[in-house]
Amino acid sequence: MIKHCLVILLITFSSLIEAQIFQFTDVQEEQRFNQLTAELRCLQCQNQSLADSSADLALDLKKEIYRMMQAGQSDAEIKLFLVDRYGNFILYLPEFSDNKMLWTLPFVVFVFALISLIIIVRKPSNPVTLSTEEKAKLKKMLENK
Amino acid sequence: MIKTALPLILFLALCALLYVGLGNDDPRKIPSVLIYKPSPNFSMPDLYQPELKFEKDQLLGQVSLFNIWATWCRGCRVEHALLLQLKNQGIKIYGLNYKDNRAAAIELLATTGNPYTKIGSDKQGTFAIDWGFYGAPETFVIDKKGQIRDKIIGPLTVALINTRLMPLMAKLAVE
Repeated sequence: MIKHCLVILLITFSSLIEAQIFQFTDVQEEQRFNQLTAELRCLQCQNQSLADSSADLALDLKKEIYRMMQAGQSDAEIKLFLVDRYGNFILYLPEFSDNKMLWTLPFVVFVFALISLIIIVRKPSNPVTLSTEEKAKLKKMLENK
Repeated sequence: MIKTALPLILFLALCALLYVGLGNDDPRKIPSVLIYKPSPNFSMPDLYQPELKFEKDQLLGQVSLFNIWATWCRGCRVEHALLLQLKNQGIKIYGLNYKDNRAAAIELLATTGNPYTKIGSDKQGTFAIDWGFYGAPETFVIDKKGQIRDKIIGPLTVALINTRLMPLMAKLAVE
């Protein structure tokens, strides 16, 4: 029980500490910071964004981003700084120009599948033709019914 | 015949592709974008004499290794003996002591041996970011012009040294 309380306290305080490190002059600046760190990937815990992560390196990178924001750098400049060091991997929303194939291939495949589907569906099925013998047989069967 | 077999062939091809993907290296290892790029500029305080600086210029003119480590890093202890062996083979190894306690670092090297030619102290962890660092230990191969030519993430192993480091360093030595 005490252990649980301690863990909860620790979690609460760790987020408080973070709030202490990053102080914003206005709500807009804070929103910009939150938006930016949500679009960047934590490299230590790779399925979390920098915003979500409290890993050591994530905190350092957030400090770096905060520092660059204070220095008046744009979002693009900050992202470029990180991509130069960590590659596109760090972006949760990679640039289209770097991954043209990856972005367009699904659409190409979809269109291809759609066209194939239309062709298959619209292709007339082979009309069944009966020989005179078969026709006579069929007639007989129907009459008997 | 081919028409009926085609889906099966496509399916098997996909299986093969996925199987190869499974056998790939650890997906958590992110290939460095700094390969063939000049190593970042830095001027760090020397671990032993903080008033002295360890700078990028000191890497130039030789093939060397640049190793990011810390006393709290388990993998660094694992590879430590191998670094000592490399040093004894005459390979220059430079160190970046990442977010560490200076006294602890000096003491560890005093007791287990120091493989490093020079060690910079990165107390805040900001220099390491310039190297695209994300988890100790990381080892970079630096060529004579100070370019990064390879990066090994995680502890070195005998296999990595024999198949990757040594052949590359031999090649760079005659470049």
